[in-house]
Amino acid sequence: MKNSLAVAQVVLLEMIRRKDFYVLFALTALITALMGSVTFFDDPKIARYLKEVCLALIWVSALFIGIGTAARQFPAERESRTIFPLMAKPITRGQVLVGKFLGCWLATAAGLLVFYLFFGGVVASKEHTLYPVNYFQAWSLHCAMMAVVVAITLLGSLLLSSVAANLTMTTVLTLGILFVGRHLNKVALQAGEPVGTLIYGLYYVIPHLELFDVRDLLVHNWPAIPWGIWAIALAYAGVYAALLLTGTWLVLRKKALQ
Amino acid sequence: MKGRWTGALCAAALLVGGAGLAARLDSWFLQWAGNRAKTLNPLDVFVGQGQRLFGAHFYRKADVYFHSGFYPSIFDNNEAFQTEHMAADADIAHDRNSGDEEEFLGGPRDLFDRFSRHFFPSQHTHLNEGGAGQNHQHGAPGHGDQQVREILPWLQIAATLDPELPETYTVAAYWLRERMGKDREAEQFLRQGLRNLPNHPQLLFELGRVYRESRNDPARARNLWRHASRVSPGWKEDATPQDQFILLQIESRLAKLAEDQKDLPAAIAHWQNVARFSPGPEHVFEHIAQLRQRMANGTNAVPFFLQP
Repeated sequence: MKNSLAVAQVVLLEMIRRKDFYVLFALTALITALMGSVTFFDDPKIARYLKEVCLALIWVSALFIGIGTAARQFPAERESRTIFPLMAKPITRGQVLVGKFLGCWLATAAGLLVFYLFFGGVVASKEHTLYPVNYFQAWSLHCAMMAVVVAITLLGSLLLSSVAANLTMTTVLTLGILFVGRHLNKVALQAGEPVGTLIYGLYYVIPHLELFDVRDLLVHNWPAIPWGIWAIALAYAGVYAALLLTGTWLVLRKKALQ
Repeated sequence: MKGRWTGALCAAALLVGGAGLAARLDSWFLQWAGNRAKTLNPLDVFVGQGQRLFGAHFYRKADVYFHSGFYPSIFDNNEAFQTEHMAADADIAHDRNSGDEEEFLGGPRDLFDRFSRHFFPSQHTHLNEGGAGQNHQHGAPGHGDQQVREILPWLQIAATLDPELPETYTVAAYWLRERMGKDREAEQFLRQGLRNLPNHPQLLFELGRVYRESRNDPARARNLWRHASRVSPGWKEDATPQDQFILLQIESRLAKLAEDQKDLPAAIAHWQNVARFSPGPEHVFEHIAQLRQRMANGTNAVPFFLQP
């Protein structure tokens, strides 16, 4: 674990040095501030449109940071040949993988924390209310989803030939699940056999990332999710991330590093 | 030497020809109806007519907000959401909804479906009745607050993108004056709509409601409604249900106004128009008979010198 944490620390430091987060945060803050300065029908209390815009920007930024960071890890190490000195140290491939995963995920989670604090500030300034429990649940669920996305991206970085292909595939897969994952069972019931059974099977197999998208609950001030349900959702993400990391480890174990 | 002159003359001829063609095309382009350079609005220049599609999308988005996010997707049963509830509740759209609006999701299809409903809005609420998470009785009037304001940005954006969608103006104006007490803003928005859609009966009808219900100015309301009735396409044989619905609203408002002012002959005339378009005219005929009885008894009759 110590070795993995050391690798994770390097990934985190790399994230701090890179400009991605700062640029995305500045853009989010700028666009939100511009949208917030607009007044509709002389009513300064209208806030939900601003919450929706801000959360959409946060989601795009999180996907950009998470997928972008994870997709670069192994290809960059191989291209710059730094993977060899790394593997020459007393560290296993599994530990490297766990370190890379932890680094990418923690970097994304830390970035998300800053984004959600900003979101809370925006809401407090507009609505003069705070829902810390709801924000915490949304942040933690978002982090859990990003764990699955980072794990998918790491697997893709070993299976696909280029970073661009991995970025494209992971983004398409993630957005596809986010938009239609919830509705696959309805599509399956409308489709005939055997397509219906296949789609229903797919519905159960895919990681339901849309579960963690609770933006509508935040935007419209719905009550917090029951804690038991929230905990099950976190465990669900944890299981999928672990499964994907195990698959990645099996690929990495056999992978030639040249 | 001769070749050089020929080349120079050709170049000069091409230059003159090019300039002439450009001048001709420029005058044609300035008069062309599809010229986007006529406007300084970047949306007009870059999106053109396509922005109307987005206008309809944002109008729908306002209704999504009216339901605090509880709204059917293309995969769900849309029967109960054919007409936007924010418009139907405002009495400005012909209600084409059927089915149970509470249950478009249906029962949970599987364990995962049941679990996932904790993570998105899965309860039917209206903003004018308290919105999400409020302890309210659905359908009960008088429980709302000003949360309905949250639909207004999308309506204003929809009006910017598609200035010729009358429902945008009337829905916004209704909620502005009805729940937020902003009749001045409502009137301004309706007049903005009338600049884009001159003499539109739906806009005139709503403007009349501003004068009648918010400003207690029955004379101006009656003038507006009379004009709206005159220009309404609802009288035509090929009128749409929406046109007839608006005409029905206009005529019934005129009839009530005439009754309030004790002008029973005018009221009867308007109620007869209402009966013509009403899906259930029996009650209207009963009411007309009562009015005729009152006239015969001489009660509430307007003296001839006060009649308009």
